[in-house]
Amino acid sequence: MFGKKLQVSLYRYNPEEDKFPYMKKYTIDKPERDIMVLDLLHLLKEQDQSVSYRRSCREGVCGSDGMNINGKNGLACITPISSVIKRNKIELRPLPGLPVIRDLVVDMTEFYAQYEKIKPFLQNETTAPEQERLQSPEERDKLDGLYECILCACCSTSCPSFWWNPDKFVGPAALLQAYRFLADSRDLKTEERLDALSDPFSVYRCHGIMNCVNVCPKGLNPNKAIGEIKSMLHKNKKDIIASDRI
Amino acid sequence: MNNIFTDNIKTIEFDSLIIGGGGSGMRASLELAKSGLKTAVVSKVFPTRSHTVSAQGGITCAIASADPNDDWRWHMYDTVKGADFIGDQDAIEYLCSEGPKAVFELEHMGLPFSRFENGRIYQRPFGGQSKDFGKGGQAARTCAAADRTGHALLHTLYQNNVKEGTNFLNEWFAVDLVKNAKDEVTGVIAFSIENGEVAYLKAQATVLATGGAGRIYASTTNALINTGDGLAMALRAGFPAQDMEMWQFHPTGIYGAGSLVTEGCRGEGGYLINKDGERFMERYAPNVKDLAGRDVVARSMVLEILEGRGCGEKNDHIFLKLDHLGADVLNSKLPGICELSRTFAHVDPVYEPIPVVPTCHYMMGGTPTNVNGQAFTRENGVDELIPGLFSAGEAACVSVHGANRLGGNSLLDLVVFGRATGMHIQKELKSGGGVDSATRSDIKKSLERLNALNDSTDGYDPAEVKRELQECMQNYFGVFRRGEFMKKGLDQLSEIKEKVDNLHLKDKSDAFNTSRVEAIELQNLFEVAEATAVSAYQRNESRGAHARDDFPDRDDENWLCHTIFDPKTKEVSKRGVNFEPSKVEAFPPKVRTY
Repeated sequence: MFGKKLQVSLYRYNPEEDKFPYMKKYTIDKPERDIMVLDLLHLLKEQDQSVSYRRSCREGVCGSDGMNINGKNGLACITPISSVIKRNKIELRPLPGLPVIRDLVVDMTEFYAQYEKIKPFLQNETTAPEQERLQSPEERDKLDGLYECILCACCSTSCPSFWWNPDKFVGPAALLQAYRFLADSRDLKTEERLDALSDPFSVYRCHGIMNCVNVCPKGLNPNKAIGEIKSMLHKNKKDIIASDRI
Repeated sequence: MNNIFTDNIKTIEFDSLIIGGGGSGMRASLELAKSGLKTAVVSKVFPTRSHTVSAQGGITCAIASADPNDDWRWHMYDTVKGADFIGDQDAIEYLCSEGPKAVFELEHMGLPFSRFENGRIYQRPFGGQSKDFGKGGQAARTCAAADRTGHALLHTLYQNNVKEGTNFLNEWFAVDLVKNAKDEVTGVIAFSIENGEVAYLKAQATVLATGGAGRIYASTTNALINTGDGLAMALRAGFPAQDMEMWQFHPTGIYGAGSLVTEGCRGEGGYLINKDGERFMERYAPNVKDLAGRDVVARSMVLEILEGRGCGEKNDHIFLKLDHLGADVLNSKLPGICELSRTFAHVDPVYEPIPVVPTCHYMMGGTPTNVNGQAFTRENGVDELIPGLFSAGEAACVSVHGANRLGGNSLLDLVVFGRATGMHIQKELKSGGGVDSATRSDIKKSLERLNALNDSTDGYDPAEVKRELQECMQNYFGVFRRGEFMKKGLDQLSEIKEKVDNLHLKDKSDAFNTSRVEAIELQNLFEVAEATAVSAYQRNESRGAHARDDFPDRDDENWLCHTIFDPKTKEVSKRGVNFEPSKVEAFPPKVRTY
């Protein structure tokens, strides 16, 4: 009967069996209460053990289950099916732009490589005090909206510039982290960090498409962080030119 | 994955091997990577997906920021009392006195702690905290990064491991320990989840840092990956587990979903109400009310529900009221909670209370270790170190939490003892310590379980058996326990055992086969559940998180001790509690009131 059944179209690919990926249709009874997309996947897996996807915290903080849900990237565990069902249908695909290992599982090597490239750790070689390094609440506030990233890759894999140059464009997720350390009053390698980003690709391939902001499940704004990095780069360049003149 | 033979198995050799990429594992690996020893972290998920990421409220430690006169001895007193006096006082002393060093190190590594106006680390009050050995009122000792402290801590540790060049075997699953003829541990059998490659990971030191196993219960705050893999491996290898009856039920799991709502909510001024709107904790803990120990609060909530004063249509939960704190405090101090509550309870805490219920949260028991993280077994009533085997964090029982862990002490436990384990292994291996090699037949033994599963042609469906196991534990070994019910639970467990030993793995493929992983995890859950059930049935008293209807009082004469579960005989023996701290006088047991 109309309204009682839910059709799930799921991207399937097992490299040992399938020459090409394909979409498989599953019909399940519509759950009585609203459930998350991850719960839906659990139901499918009970029907068909071979369905593969990543999951861990099931509450939106570990970043395991980023996927493409009805055309938009998001975390399965905090996306209620009611918010994505269209005409009783849900389509689930892996995050776009990365190689597929199996079903909804993508190979994130390139994504992590970009993260490592920005040196995602505090750099301060001065002798540490016996207690903590002091930081005012205002200085600390600058890290809000940056440190909360969960590395789910929803943003970078929705970014056309990242699809095009995943090896050279750092991508929104890693750039957000680049700015997290540039913005930290305790980090002393600002200039080195900026130098490493000043080539035409690392930052400047961002054209402000804003898909990253649109999909971030944590409500973060990588585009804004990228804008901040760009103005720091401009300022840095001017300073260098100015000091050359002297 | 075909049947694996010892002749074709690949061996990868390390100096030290850490199983688990959560907080304790990555704190240990950081220490070892810096020392130059060849170290690898084996993690079944990418490390920042480990369950430490879900810790919210903070890390409790006497860094004397909120109160310049704060003293680690006061923290020690609270922890001993919170543990209902079966925490080992040498270990608790080490935890509380070394704590500040470990926390400042995290700050130096870049952890984005929230701050006070003077620039020091922000600290908030948590349950069970006091000044001046319980005489000076409520303390504020929990260092926080908003309500995302675990996330901030785990990412900081991962980042620093990247900096130090730690080897990560990400999305590799450790199946079983390998032991040589002398019963020394020489590494593990593991496979790559991505492509099914099986390998013998050989090491001079193997650290079990696999966290808890909250998934033995149907309702838990724990991540889906918390299946006690390390502890189960140790049990299968014949090594004991300590205090397995001690499971913490967190007072505030979101009703229906299980997600954690931090105790920091009550630390910031929130409180619990029943259906009449009464702040009922005033009756159960007149002095500290909602900030009593977690075991006390959880039991009070269950009693309110049992006596018909629960909230909602079915009177089966309690409300956590936060709206009086105002939108500003909620958005700045508890932003993650607001987010979780809107998503999973469909409630905005700025306007409405959050429906909550006591939910399985933390395993106080685990593989017994000393303060160096060295695992031990028991021979004729004496601790015997197990060469090559170490454990830290929730997987271990050192024991600093005894019968009830205080909020914020788990993050401290994992950094302090992850660090201590790393330091000890470094010292041991650099001074020539190590273990003998395993023979082919030793390795073959550790492959048996994986091969049996790969060979299975019929049998039970893992998803169904898992549900049965979780229901059984939930029904018979929950917040309140009774001998006759536990007996029923034990009988049911022996039926489940038959099924767990005969699982059918339908999907035998190699590429990212999560069914294989889940079947092995189920076997691990069973090991932990069985140890829990047997130990709980034996302890004939009520202490900390272990509350017996039929033995409602604490019995220091007979049970001021640890329980040791022996997996070979399935029997429980007693082990003395350490009352010999080196820098302070021991705190003697007394009546525990809040």
